[in-house]
Amino acid sequence: MNVLGQQLVNGLFIGGVYALFAVGYTLVFGVLDILNLAHAAVFTLGGLMALWLVQNAGLTIWTAFPLAVLFAGLLGLVLDQVAFKPLRRRPDTYFSGLISSIAMAIIFESLAMGVFGAHNSRFPAGTVPVVIWRLGGITITLLQVEILAAVVLMMVALTQLLKRARVGKAIRAVAENQHAARLLGINVDGIIAFTFFLSSALGGAAGILFGLYFDALSPDMGRPIELKGLAVIVLGGMGSVPGAILGGLAFGLSEVLTVAISGTSNLRDAVAFTLLFGIMLVRPSGLLGRGRLREA
Amino acid sequence: MSKNKGLFRVSVASLALMALTAWGLPQAAEAAEAKIGCAFSMTGGAAAYGATQKNGASLAMEQINAAAGAGGLKLKLLFEDDASTPQQGINVFQKFINADKVSMIIGPTLSNTAQVADRIAQQSKTPVLAISNTAQGITEIGDYIFRDSLTEGVVIPNTIKAIKAKLGIKKVALLYGNDDAFTKAGYQAFKAALAESGIQILSELSFAKGDRDFSPQLTQIKGMAPDAIICSALVEEASGIVSQARQLGIAQNVPIVGGNGFNSPALIKNAGAAAEGVIVGAAWNASSPLPVNKKFVEDYTKKFGTPPDQFAAQAFAGVHIAYQAIKKAGDPNNRAAIREALTQIKDLDTVLGPFYFTPGRDAGSQPVVQVVKDGKFVIFGM
Repeated sequence: MNVLGQQLVNGLFIGGVYALFAVGYTLVFGVLDILNLAHAAVFTLGGLMALWLVQNAGLTIWTAFPLAVLFAGLLGLVLDQVAFKPLRRRPDTYFSGLISSIAMAIIFESLAMGVFGAHNSRFPAGTVPVVIWRLGGITITLLQVEILAAVVLMMVALTQLLKRARVGKAIRAVAENQHAARLLGINVDGIIAFTFFLSSALGGAAGILFGLYFDALSPDMGRPIELKGLAVIVLGGMGSVPGAILGGLAFGLSEVLTVAISGTSNLRDAVAFTLLFGIMLVRPSGLLGRGRLREA
Repeated sequence: MSKNKGLFRVSVASLALMALTAWGLPQAAEAAEAKIGCAFSMTGGAAAYGATQKNGASLAMEQINAAAGAGGLKLKLLFEDDASTPQQGINVFQKFINADKVSMIIGPTLSNTAQVADRIAQQSKTPVLAISNTAQGITEIGDYIFRDSLTEGVVIPNTIKAIKAKLGIKKVALLYGNDDAFTKAGYQAFKAALAESGIQILSELSFAKGDRDFSPQLTQIKGMAPDAIICSALVEEASGIVSQARQLGIAQNVPIVGGNGFNSPALIKNAGAAAEGVIVGAAWNASSPLPVNKKFVEDYTKKFGTPPDQFAAQAFAGVHIAYQAIKKAGDPNNRAAIREALTQIKDLDTVLGPFYFTPGRDAGSQPVVQVVKDGKFVIFGM
């Protein structure tokens, strides 16, 4: 029972990071119907930036975290301006945007490689105080609690922003119909840029939390999570924020339980993607269907 | 006039050509210098190991040449990148053997590369000294292939015997990387050694290269309450496993036991306090009190800013072994005599301990069992 409980905690945690990553991913998709394949590269750079700030600039993680998240958000603005905006008026904007985002991903990854090298880097010891609680045989660390708290906080803030804030309503309006939104006087380009900022900031935050927990950052750390993030948003329903959260948790749990039961990590991805395939057969539009961003 | 000028040009050109050719010719009468080809992985998957091998080898060359004095035999190491692939390994070997005409070859970094490249050296009767290949069947390729790296098949049974004798381990869990030749070989060696010592294996779990999350496997292991966790992994994964195990609350008195892959200062640096008590069977002990080893660790740390790992130590020892053999053979160009001299090396004082080659041309040095104590590898049970 303890073993199962611990595995559920393990899965909940990794699922939370997946969810945070996927929420950013799905946000851009919900607004623009475009997949931003550079999202995983932003995830990586966010993590590495936090590492650099802690290691080279001597900041504490509490200062480095918001700064690195801001940096990731700015990367999102760069992405929008360089990779997406010039192509927006073209008839093949969905496809060409996809390709140019792949190019940006390669550029970002190569930059990271040049600055940090190909090997794994780690946060200096003591970056986060190590506190461990044991509740009836289940182990939870302070770091895990902090990470889950950060994930929940950001999710709630995002949902509230989309639901209540003026800019959130504008994002939903642009997602619903760009033409109509423009006619109503909404600065569509500005809203799209803001969406990229938000999406990339969340992606960067996920990268920092991922890096803090596993304490092994490298320029290619975004690769495995890129496909998983895609699977998570398909599972949750493309463009749906609550769907991405649900999908992330489901994916994390399925991974952990597969490894626990089979005793090997080889089947981990196979089971997760088979599950995805099965759900697609039953619910082609994902767990929470389509269009939820518009309704929020 | 113009004709004369043309003639002048032609003669200058031919003079220059002659000078170049003469300069390019090997000068047989020159004071003795032995060329050794070093095929290390500077790029690709094994780049991290190739880098410290190169450091260890160049340090040895510097010290040997400084000690040789004016008239003595000097060494010239030629470094080429085998790119962690067999194809490039073959190219590098062919260049060494046919173009550079080296006395012998040190390397390549990976066993996979050695399996094919060493055959070429054997065919052209060029001695090869492997310094990091631990797979089965490398020295069986032929009588020109030697190695100073102890195989997992020697190191691991020794480790298992030691933990059984000193800690009374009865039941263990096995965790290994199942998509890598080295970690799989380690797993098989552990399994055989455990069976021989009559230690029960509660469960076998595996992970894949590049994994970062080991908590599902470790949670299962924790639930089985083993006496020890036996682990075959390279240092990156090993660091993650060690720190996550302690974080999950697997008690410090359940030791994690690893092989050659664990024997790197990076393990202690990465895992920090969690690395305390980790038991590592290996070919080289960093804190060995041998004077030659103490000096090596000091010089290396001073020159490169980081302490050496086992790859650097084996490369350092390899260059010394090669130098002794070439010196004894008397002629850097007589490869057959160098081969003969290698087989006769005995009680050579190296950083790996007193060194000789077994009749099968494998390392005759003694494996060590170490434990991490106060952030250092010390001999286990002392």
